[in-house]
Amino acid sequence: MSRTDALSKKTLSLPPIILRPTRGWATLNLRDLWLYRELIYFLTWRDIKVRYKQTLLGAAWAVLQPVMTMVIFTFFFSSLAKISTGNIPYPIFAYTGLLPWGLFSKAISDAGHSLVMNRSMITKVYFPRLVIPMGSVLGGVVDFAIAFAVLIILMIYYHFKRIGGFQFNLTPAIWTLPLFLLLALITALGIGLWLSAINVIYRDAGYIIPTLTQFWLFLTPIAYPASMISPKWRLVYALNPMAGVVEGFRWALLGQGDAPGPMVAVSTMIALIILISGLFYFRRMERSFADEI
Amino acid sequence: MSDLAIRVENLGKRFTIGASQERYKTLRDSLSNAAGAPVRLARSIFQHNHDNQSSESTIWALRDVTFDVHQGEVLGIIGRNGAGKSTLLKILSRVTEPSEGYAEIHGRVGSLLEVGTGFHQELTGRENIFLNGAILGMKASEIERKFDEIVAFSEVEQFIDTPVKRYSSGMYLRLAFAVAAHLEPEILVVDEVLAVGDAEFQRKCMGKMSDVAQEGRTVLFVSHNMSAILRLTEETLVLEAGHLVHRSATPDAIDHYMSMGYSEESERTWRAEEIPAAAAPFRPIAMRVRDLKGRVMDTFRSVEPLTIEVEYSLEAPITGLRVGIYLLTMRGEYVFTSFDTDQAEQYERFGARPAGHYVSRCVVPANFLNEGRYVLAMNASTFRIKRYFQDEHAMAFTVDGTGAPGKHWAESRMGPVRPRLNWEIITV
Repeated sequence: MSRTDALSKKTLSLPPIILRPTRGWATLNLRDLWLYRELIYFLTWRDIKVRYKQTLLGAAWAVLQPVMTMVIFTFFFSSLAKISTGNIPYPIFAYTGLLPWGLFSKAISDAGHSLVMNRSMITKVYFPRLVIPMGSVLGGVVDFAIAFAVLIILMIYYHFKRIGGFQFNLTPAIWTLPLFLLLALITALGIGLWLSAINVIYRDAGYIIPTLTQFWLFLTPIAYPASMISPKWRLVYALNPMAGVVEGFRWALLGQGDAPGPMVAVSTMIALIILISGLFYFRRMERSFADEI
Repeated sequence: MSDLAIRVENLGKRFTIGASQERYKTLRDSLSNAAGAPVRLARSIFQHNHDNQSSESTIWALRDVTFDVHQGEVLGIIGRNGAGKSTLLKILSRVTEPSEGYAEIHGRVGSLLEVGTGFHQELTGRENIFLNGAILGMKASEIERKFDEIVAFSEVEQFIDTPVKRYSSGMYLRLAFAVAAHLEPEILVVDEVLAVGDAEFQRKCMGKMSDVAQEGRTVLFVSHNMSAILRLTEETLVLEAGHLVHRSATPDAIDHYMSMGYSEESERTWRAEEIPAAAAPFRPIAMRVRDLKGRVMDTFRSVEPLTIEVEYSLEAPITGLRVGIYLLTMRGEYVFTSFDTDQAEQYERFGARPAGHYVSRCVVPANFLNEGRYVLAMNASTFRIKRYFQDEHAMAFTVDGTGAPGKHWAESRMGPVRPRLNWEIITV
């Protein structure tokens, strides 16, 4: 009997949950998301844990993917097309762009498919659905960290070899690097939310992702420097938030030239617009996920 | 009422017909609808919902359901397939939203709609306990505290650091249930989880369930297993075609449910809307029971054989099809299961059944069933591949014991069968 009393006391202290049909735009309900923060952690951890299971090379893939792209880019864009990157060796130039790009493209692809992949959870248990794409986006951070270690090795190598007069000098700009990482994650989450929610209803979204990523890659200054874009178009160019991210990354890591301030400002604004609209769109569609998926 | 746990008022859920056949749309459909009108395409992405009833027909999986549950009550929910039981539980556990009405829930809801949700094959038992616990809404600290208890309950101690893909199905199930059973919500919603596993495991699950009930938690329990419902619940709701048709003490509710819609004579026909699209190409037509003279009846003499027949058509050939019956008592205990291709030679002959119109018929011998009322269920499936159609309560009939062995004593005999056995009495 005392147990029952304890239970009812606990219950009464909580406000009742009201279930009724809702329509139109929904609130973000960040409180629920906060209550389930551990689930974001566990989903991220699961993604990381199982990613390279049953592969021969394991986590080496996190390095091989950007390194191979870097080699291909170096051959085509530097050796053949003779794109000039000043006194920065082309491989380093490309790799500093490929780092945030790899994080971004993997995150939008994983997040875009995440709801459909976790269909059984969605149709059986309640939890804020936002944790699923969030976990997918964060799952890429470990790969990013591994690939980043390779960049450091690469930079040290070029520094001591003095290839092309390259000198690795750390500037205070390096402290802004986490902010650009955050900007990449915000952009990826925003796009990922849109794609994942659309993919529940229209599986086309899943098929669009590879094409979208490829196209987007060339709209981003990875293979070529943003300085190739004429200055009067550069802010329009920065409407692609990844342009700001990549430029910011290079500036923070290589410490050359002026801070790409205006570009980053435009990119940040767009990234935030994508994220916030994505959050609201996701919440709006969320109520039909279990029925539609 | 201060001790209310759940209050449901005029709750309803509407689905679009065809959603089950066409699981998702492609953008092309929307594009062709929106040809020349990009605005409509944008709208379809933003306002994807079922409110345009004019163009799509809808069905109500649940409608006008109103009831209260008090704290500490253990409530059973029964009904045929498609009566709306699962939909109701999904709404109450917040998986899906109601289309109309209102529900109020006091306390944390834990749902056991399916055990092992979110289990990952590549992760070890230990890792899956944490992951699954988090999905079910437990805090990591809470899982850590109960970890040993969960492992002990699941009996997979030696394999706790082995990936679950190497588990036997029994081990997998025990682990999954163990995690779910250690949730401590105020309200527990359980759907059919006890229908799996071996007898020993089921006994354990039932024990855990009654512990939960005795702790003063509120439990909503859906099952087709009437004896489990009888054992665990005090009161039961009966759902029929999305409506709440009956609420009473569990034994009465089960009697009501078992006799529901069986007043007509002993023939059952299936209307088109009762056959799910997934049944194709199998189409059930009718089920009937005939007496010795071939008449379709409702009551049969236990001393005479009776014939059970299932009429159906196949719109396309099916390989490995078996059409069969389950015979159950009114309390839901199985008496037997039998399929039309149980005999090896029958299976050889009808292994591949061409399209056509069929009757599968069997004879239940005389002096087999005890007096009482029985329920017939029907199943058409291919073993381990596909269940085309199943009706758990297709029809009912009565057996009259006049002339049965032992009838000269006016007493009721225990058990569903009443065989005429040749007793020998010898003096030694």
